[in-house]
Amino acid sequence: MSNTQIATPRQDLIYMVVLSAVVLTMPLWLQPFGAAYPDLMQKFMIFGIFAVGYNILFGLTGYLSFGHAAFLGVGSYTAVWSFKLLSMNVLPAIIFAVVLSGLFAWLIGFVSLRRSGIYFSILTLAFAQMSYNLAYSVLTPITNGETGLQLAQADPRVLDRMAGIEATSGLPMTNLFGLEGTGYTGFYICAVILIVSFFIALRIFHSPFGMKLRAIKSNQTRMSYTGYNTRPYLLTAFIISGMYAGLAGALLAMTDPLAGAERMQWTASGEVVLMTIFGGAGTLIGPLLGAGLIKYLENIFSAFNDTVLHNAFSFLPDWLNNILTAIISPFVGEGWHLLLGIVFMLLVIFLPGGLMEGYGKISRMIRERRQKPANGASSDKQHSTEEA
Amino acid sequence: MDAIFLQILNGLDKGGAYALIALGLTLVFGTLGVVNFAHGAIFMIGAFCAVTMEKILTLSVKVKDTSVTFFDAYKETPYLELWFGKTGSAIIDWVVPISIVVSIPVMLGLGILMERSLIRFFYKRSHAEQILVTFGLAIVLQELVKSFFGANPIPVSAPDIVAGSAAIGSWIGLGDAVVYPWWRLIYLLFSVVIISAVFSFLNFTTWGMVVRAGMADRATVELLGIDIERRFTIVFGLAAVVAGLAGVMYTPVLPPDYHQGMDFLVLSFVVVVVGGMGSLRGAVAAGFLLGILQSFSSMTEVKSIIPGIDQIIIYLVAVIILLTRPRGLMGRRGVMES
Repeated sequence: MSNTQIATPRQDLIYMVVLSAVVLTMPLWLQPFGAAYPDLMQKFMIFGIFAVGYNILFGLTGYLSFGHAAFLGVGSYTAVWSFKLLSMNVLPAIIFAVVLSGLFAWLIGFVSLRRSGIYFSILTLAFAQMSYNLAYSVLTPITNGETGLQLAQADPRVLDRMAGIEATSGLPMTNLFGLEGTGYTGFYICAVILIVSFFIALRIFHSPFGMKLRAIKSNQTRMSYTGYNTRPYLLTAFIISGMYAGLAGALLAMTDPLAGAERMQWTASGEVVLMTIFGGAGTLIGPLLGAGLIKYLENIFSAFNDTVLHNAFSFLPDWLNNILTAIISPFVGEGWHLLLGIVFMLLVIFLPGGLMEGYGKISRMIRERRQKPANGASSDKQHSTEEA
Repeated sequence: MDAIFLQILNGLDKGGAYALIALGLTLVFGTLGVVNFAHGAIFMIGAFCAVTMEKILTLSVKVKDTSVTFFDAYKETPYLELWFGKTGSAIIDWVVPISIVVSIPVMLGLGILMERSLIRFFYKRSHAEQILVTFGLAIVLQELVKSFFGANPIPVSAPDIVAGSAAIGSWIGLGDAVVYPWWRLIYLLFSVVIISAVFSFLNFTTWGMVVRAGMADRATVELLGIDIERRFTIVFGLAAVVAGLAGVMYTPVLPPDYHQGMDFLVLSFVVVVVGGMGSLRGAVAAGFLLGILQSFSSMTEVKSIIPGIDQIIIYLVAVIILLTRPRGLMGRRGVMES
C-alpha cells in the first residue's frame, strides 16, 4: 500500500495544490457533466467533508460506526440556533457546531469505545437512534420535531442587532462577512473549508498519530502489548471525525437553514458508510470521490423518469425502446436506491477496497502489460512448451 | 394492578416479534458466524407475502351491480366470490392463516437462496464486511418491495372471527375493564409455539443435536464426516422462515411498509446484544423482557417522571448491559467479549 509510507512535505504540497485546483475549478469542468450548479456542488463539498472525517475513524482504525449522522444532526441544529440567536454570520455557527458536536462525540465515544467490533457498531447505532428518537419527541422545544428547526423573522439575532443590521421584511440570508452562504459564493466557502479540512486529514494520515491508528486497525492486541493504551487514540480519532460531521452539518445549515431530525436517522449514517466504502476506505482521496460520485449519480438518476428514458432511447425501434425503458425504469427516479444497493453489494463482494482499489488494480495491470515486451520472449516460450 | 397486567400483555406481543427476529439472528450468528443485517428485510418480506396473498385472492372483476337500477353501476367482485360464493369470501377472510402456510416454503427457499448465492462467500471475511454486504442486500430487498408495492403501508386484516377484543380480565378475575385484542393474544401464543418448536427441534432431534454440536465445535463435527455446511444452510433457511412467519403474523397488528424491516432490525440487534450474542435462550428472554420494558415505559405515569423514556429505553438498556456485562444476559463467557 502506497499510502502507508510517510510522504515528503513536497509531495503533500503538490497533492494539495492539485486538489485545490481541481476543487476550485469545479464550476468549469463540471459543465459538460451537467452538474455545475451551486446546489449540487455544495453537496459534493459538504458530503466530501463528512466522508473525509468519517474515514479518519473507519478508514484508519477500522471501527465501523453506524451513528455518525447524529453528529451531523447536532451540527445542523447548533448552526441553526446560532443563526437564530446570535448572528446570520456563518463563522460563529461553524465554531459552535464543531465544538458542540465534538463534545457530543466525546460523550458517545467515551462509552462506545469500550467495546470493539460489531458491539461498537451496535452501540453507536443505539446512541444515534436514541438521539433521533429524542429529537423527534421530547426535545421538540429545541429541535421543533417533525417540522424541523427553521429561521423566523422575529428571531433575536443579538450580534446582528448590535452591529446595526435590522430585521427586514423577508427572512435574512446566511453570510460570511457579507459573502452570501448560498449560490456560488456558498460553494466557494464550502470548497475552501473542504480544502482546509482535507489538508488536516492529510496531515493526520501522515503523522505518527495516524500511524498509531493504522496500527490499531492491523493488530490492536499487539499494539497494547507494546505498551500503548489504544483507547485515547481511538477516542481522539472518534472526536475528530465527529467534529468533521458537525462541520458538515453546519455547512448544510448554511446552504439551507433548516434542520430536521431525519438527518440523524441511521440510514443517513449508512449513507456516509456507503460513500466511504464506495471511494475506498483508508485512502485519502477515496471518500471524497465516493461522496461526489454518489451525490452526482443520485442527482442524475433520481431525475430520470419514463419520459426521459423514452427520449434517451428514441433512436431505437419502438419495441426495443419500450423493453429497455421497462427494464431500466425500476432502477432510476424513485428507485435509485435500488441501483445504489446493487452497486454497493457488488463493490463489497468484488472490490472491498472501493474505487481506489479498482484504480490500483487497473494501473498495476497496465504497468505489467508495459513491462511485458521486455521479458515477453521468455514467457512466450513457456506458453509454447505448455501448449506442446 | 389492572394497568400493570395490561402493560405486561402489551409488552409480550411486541416482545414476541422481537424474540422471533432475534432468535433467527442468533441462529445465523451461532451457526454460520455471520452478522446478518438483512434479517429485518426478511421479516418485511414475510409481511409482504401476506400482502401478495391478499392481492392474489382478491383478484377482482367488474360486475354489474343489480341493486342499483337508475344507472349502470359496477362493483368489483373477487373471482373467488364469483366462483365459490360464501366459501370464496371465507377464503379471502382467512388470508393471513393461508399466507402462513404459503410463506413457509417461500421463506425457506428465499433463505437458502440467499445463503448459497451470497452469504457463504462471507464466512471468512470480517464482521464489518458482513455487515456491509448484508446492509446492501437489505437496501436492495426493501427497494424491490417498494417498487412493487409502493411506499405506503398496506393493511391486511385478520379473520373476522378474531376481530374484537378478548375480555381477558374477567377470565382471571380482574374486572371487565381489562380487554385485549384477540389477534395480539394469538400473536403471543403463536410466537411461543414457534419458539418452542425451534427449541425442541434443536434439542430433541438428532438433526438438531448435530447442529448444536456444529455450533460448539465445527471442525470436529466435520471430521466425523458430517456435511455440516449443508445443515447450516438449512438452519439459515429456518431462521428466514421464523422471521418470515413473524412478519406474516404481524401484518394485522401493523400494516407493513417497505422500511418496516429496518425498524425492527435495529431493535432486534439490540435484543440480541442484550440477550447475549450466540445465546438462543438469551435472545428469546431479552426479546420479551425488552418488549415489556418498552410498554411499561410508555405508560403516562412513567413518562411524566422521565419524559421521553419510552423512546430510548431499549437502547438505554443495551448501553448499560454492554458496559456492565458485555456478554449479555445469558451469553457464554468469552463469546464476542472484547
